[in-house]
Amino acid sequence: MASLKDLRNRIASVKATQKITKAMQMVAAAKLRRAQTAAEAARPYSQRMDNVMANIAAAIGDDTSNAPKLLAGTGSDQTHLLIVATAERGLCGGFNSSIARLGREKARELLAGGKTVKILCIGKKGADVLRSEFDDIMLPVVDLREVKHVGYNNAADIAHQVLGMFDADDFDVATLFYSEFQSVISQIPTAQQIIPPSIPHVESDADSASTFYEYEPDENEILADLLPNNVTVQIFRALLENAASEQGARMSAMDNATRNAGEMIDKLTQTFNRQRQAQITTELIEIIAGAEAL
Amino acid sequence: MAENFTFELVSPEKLLLSGDAEMVTIPGVEGDMGVLAKHAAVMTSLRPGLVGVKMGDGSESAFFVRGGFADITPTSVTVLAEFAMPKEDVTKEAWEEQKRIAQEEYELHHAAGDEEKKLAAHSYLDQLNRLEPSILPA
Repeated sequence: MASLKDLRNRIASVKATQKITKAMQMVAAAKLRRAQTAAEAARPYSQRMDNVMANIAAAIGDDTSNAPKLLAGTGSDQTHLLIVATAERGLCGGFNSSIARLGREKARELLAGGKTVKILCIGKKGADVLRSEFDDIMLPVVDLREVKHVGYNNAADIAHQVLGMFDADDFDVATLFYSEFQSVISQIPTAQQIIPPSIPHVESDADSASTFYEYEPDENEILADLLPNNVTVQIFRALLENAASEQGARMSAMDNATRNAGEMIDKLTQTFNRQRQAQITTELIEIIAGAEAL
Repeated sequence: MAENFTFELVSPEKLLLSGDAEMVTIPGVEGDMGVLAKHAAVMTSLRPGLVGVKMGDGSESAFFVRGGFADITPTSVTVLAEFAMPKEDVTKEAWEEQKRIAQEEYELHHAAGDEEKKLAAHSYLDQLNRLEPSILPA
């Protein structure tokens, strides 16, 4: 049985841990608010972008023969690029592992189907998980550790790399894995195909007018501009959603940890008290027994 | 009284302006255009420049934009800019930064020998230089 001194030490150490988790929870809460505002502020842009894409795609119609490859695809789906976006830091519950799991399942499925798979990890945590199994098909990890707030530039850099690979015929289909932020307690790991894009069917009031759009310079030139842009926007959106999800997941994980530490302290304190009581009783018995012997 | 239409200016980071506008001037790749309500539906890409807005309540504002598109319909105008900031927020440092980025891009394409992109970067740089007097406070 642990001595009183041991118990006292353990209580002190759990208390110290609880202080840390509590602090981490509060920091995550503050960061979450900022990340959430950023994610929400970015939503209008990607929504409008979807509208524009839908309009142009409708204008081009089913005739995909001279549509750019970025829209219509390369016509093959042999080589897949999986872009797995996770966090740079741990201690955020199942956040990283659930995204990585989704990516791993997809990769296994594709490999089993005889496809070629390449994996591009954004963030080191996902890479650590996937490396054990897919080390030979992993591309260098995109490191965002130094980045405090994800900006459009970060997304543009990644998109640039991805598009460069696409131009060099390094892959046919790109899928992006990230975690969609729903609420503090719920983040949904999501897979989204970004090349070729799944065109959203947006019902807008301009639907009837869309056929009469005039294009300056012309459809194809706008598309040539728009499509790479769309890739960037999708990646940017994923990064922002991820940032908010990460903080949300960390907040609830740390909340749990703080509560657990509290329970542990209660339990240890109880044992401590009981043991001290027992010791006092033993001492009393000894004294009384000594007095009676006289 | 002039008719109004819905105007929205969005950059990837946020929605900069949304409201009823009376007139908007847009720096399209093939020239500036002034847009009033009931304009024919046009989709145009943008060149770097100033988007001027006259709101329904008579207030006016201007924004520096770089890259992106304008989606014009008879009842609405949406400007999707890759980069946008209010004209009065453009400081000398921010402006120099923009020019530096443009210069780097130009040199990058120059080194890579990509004629088409080099030309595009050059005309962009040119554009910035021409805009400078109208944006930077004297």
